[in-house]
Amino acid sequence: MEHKEVSVLIGGRAGEGISSAGQVIAQMLGHQGYRVHMYYDYPSLIKGGHNFAIIRGADQKIGAVRNTVDFLLALNQETVDLHREKLTSEGVLVFRSDAANAEGVAVPVKRLLEEEGAPAVMGNSAILGAFVRAAGMDWEVAETVLRKAIPKQIDTNLRIARRAYDEAEVKTRISPLGAKALPVVTGNEAIGLGLIQSGLGLYCGYPMSPTSNLLHFLVSHGTELRIRVIQPESETAAILMALGCAYAGIRAAVGTSGGGFCLMVEALSLAGIAELPVLVVLGQRTGPSTGLATYTAQADLQFALGAGQADFPRLITAPGDADELMAWAAACLDLTWKYQLPAILLSDKTLCEGMYSLDTSQMRHLQIDLELADKNVSPYTRYSLTESGISPLRFPPASGEIIRVNSHVHDPDGITTENEETTKAMADKRMRKMRGLAEEIEAMDPVHLGGDVDASTALLCWGSNKGICEELGTKMGLRVIQPVVLWPFPERSFARVCKGVERMFTVECNESGQLARLVRQFGYASEDVILKYNGRPFFVDELEALLGRAIS
Amino acid sequence: MNLISRAPNVWCPGCGNFTIQQALKEVITQLAAEEYPVENNVLVAGIGQHGKLFDYMNLNGFYGLHGRTIPIAAGIRLANPNLQVLCVAGDGDCYAEGLDHLIFGAKRNLNVTVLVHNNRVYALTTGQYTPTSTKGYRGRSTPEGIEELPLNPLELMLVSGASFIARGYTGRREQLQGLIREAILHRGFAFVDILQVCVTYNNLTRYYNEHVYDWTKEGVEDYEKAWEKAREWDYNTDAKIGLGVLYRHRAPTFEENHPVPEPLTRDERRTFIENLLDRRV
Ligand SMILES: Cc1ncc(C[n+]2csc(CCOP(=O)(O)OP(=O)(O)O)c2C)c(N)n1
Ligand SMILES: [Mg+2]
Repeated sequence: MEHKEVSVLIGGRAGEGISSAGQVIAQMLGHQGYRVHMYYDYPSLIKGGHNFAIIRGADQKIGAVRNTVDFLLALNQETVDLHREKLTSEGVLVFRSDAANAEGVAVPVKRLLEEEGAPAVMGNSAILGAFVRAAGMDWEVAETVLRKAIPKQIDTNLRIARRAYDEAEVKTRISPLGAKALPVVTGNEAIGLGLIQSGLGLYCGYPMSPTSNLLHFLVSHGTELRIRVIQPESETAAILMALGCAYAGIRAAVGTSGGGFCLMVEALSLAGIAELPVLVVLGQRTGPSTGLATYTAQADLQFALGAGQADFPRLITAPGDADELMAWAAACLDLTWKYQLPAILLSDKTLCEGMYSLDTSQMRHLQIDLELADKNVSPYTRYSLTESGISPLRFPPASGEIIRVNSHVHDPDGITTENEETTKAMADKRMRKMRGLAEEIEAMDPVHLGGDVDASTALLCWGSNKGICEELGTKMGLRVIQPVVLWPFPERSFARVCKGVERMFTVECNESGQLARLVRQFGYASEDVILKYNGRPFFVDELEALLGRAIS
Repeated sequence: MNLISRAPNVWCPGCGNFTIQQALKEVITQLAAEEYPVENNVLVAGIGQHGKLFDYMNLNGFYGLHGRTIPIAAGIRLANPNLQVLCVAGDGDCYAEGLDHLIFGAKRNLNVTVLVHNNRVYALTTGQYTPTSTKGYRGRSTPEGIEELPLNPLELMLVSGASFIARGYTGRREQLQGLIREAILHRGFAFVDILQVCVTYNNLTRYYNEHVYDWTKEGVEDYEKAWEKAREWDYNTDAKIGLGVLYRHRAPTFEENHPVPEPLTRDERRTFIENLLDRRV
């Protein structure tokens, strides 16, 4: 059978390397020219419990998986029992014959390991080798990808994979698509790459799913990248370190989830009034409170919009795939520095810990310049009242100058004041920055238009629902509108992509339709909101059915 | 440059904060004449009467949040370890609201100076008890007197790993000046608990004058002896109140553990990204 798309589910116990094995499969499909997405499902525990990953490859960019799979790779009986139903009628089951009873491609993992004198951790190489053969892929695919993906003891791993490959039989054929092979990354990695691209100097994070792996990713390359990565005592400390760092002229970012962001809010308004740049990566998970630690949601949009006391300018973006995460992480860091304000990059568990094909060739490298003060002009005025609202920057030490930043209402020198004219003038100055930012944003393609772009019925979505809405929009003849920048709300770009829209349906992973509420402020009403809030992302077939019902 | 700013001073006449300001001014002036230019100082202030020092001094500064001087200071030091960071904190500020940061600053041996204006009262919010108020203190929120015993900040800093611990008193300006100087020159977390007279809400001048004495300068590196000295007075029971350096030792600092690297160029960063992505195909 000729595949235009293929889905693989691999499952086992927590601690058995499901995520790494999933990544290898994703890379194999990527190597064959597929555009891939991996959904990774795991409970909040360390060892035991059931983990699984669904890897889907297609001939177009995708961002979601199906409920059905073509291959089921089972490391234990539980995986067979839980997921057998998902296997299509022609689907192939590959299983550890020493850990499960089933019919299909039996892989005697224990025996292969014993014969090669290899440790148990290499068991997945056997499953992967058998899968490559069962899927009719050339040995070259396994060898190339394993060599890149497995840093340690690659030769033994390859021998094990090869033996399993040789013992298995071809069941079907995943043929190469002929398209350019794209690299596969997690959303956290894409964010990290964007930050690196735009000159990150310091990253602070207090561990919290789903952004802990951004912390781990950056620290694992910290020495090579010559950046510092710090885990402080709390999220409060993390963001304050970033602000101290920004005051002294070094680019900093922090990452957290909703619970940690609650603690950061105090410093967010400090960044607002003191006009200090900082980027907060807010990886949403199911809430409220501790919620579901390792499952997804898009329920912190309204929180991000309103976080902090009083009004101050901020930038909020919600990229929808790896390409956008990387591009906008870079752009956000640049923009926070240019406009001296806090930015929030909204992500979620689906994006952060899922995997995506990354196409950097489509990415625009925006050059955003800082306004630095002329060092020959003395005295330096930290909060000079300018037309744009942007006060050119200098950093301490500056000989003969005093550089003050202040959380109180302050005068242009940064000295505390209670004067009524100054209070208003400073508030106006801060808000003027928003005008410039909004203008600049409009020129940055802030609202993605996709699907059937001329259709009069539109799907409105944000963040991780981009991929699934694009796919179904194209299939079902619906226009897809995905604002990447949510604040300042890109009114002109939004109006442009909405031209000719007669019916609008919003798709979100929260209980109340938070994006629908935001756009309503600008006069756009949704006929219906299609919501999911059980911690899992929409599956393709599921959303297709829901949309069919809503729109008919 | 005049180290005292144009900002009108609104501390109460006779406030101990004036003494701290004078002492700090003298030390910064002395150090500027040596090898520490004025512009290398950054004053990080908490919120309270103490924090107003930010406005009153002509120094670089970051007027932050209540209780949160230390993480801000850590960020500044990570960005540029040539900057000499002085945290000006209150007892409410860093013994209540931001206690975690204080402990972690000491634990990491962050190379900053922390001056705690310990007036043992929330002054700016007009007279509530703080973690160092004496048991029975009748503040505006505890009209019957607070039932809790105070914290002993010196003990707390000893267990937390501070590498320089001292106690000063605003009634002993010259000594205080010496302590501030030593604290600034110390490489590591330098903590000075300053018994600051609050003339309006907690005037302990008489009490302090009757009880203070000077610790000897010898043996300050002896940890066990430091414990004895720290426990002489529990900030509650009548006892002799020692002033001076309690403990000092040299240990690796936070900044030494996180040195500032020469950043990669744009092209080097691009090459890194390309190489990483190449392993993912
Ligand atoms: C988060 C927060 N909570 C409360 C306050 C109100 N507040 C301002 S100063 C202060 C207490 C000041 O006491 P202390 O730190 O001892 O400083 P002092 O005025 O005595 O110098 C409080 C509670 C605040 N500014 N921020
Ligand atoms: Mg106080």
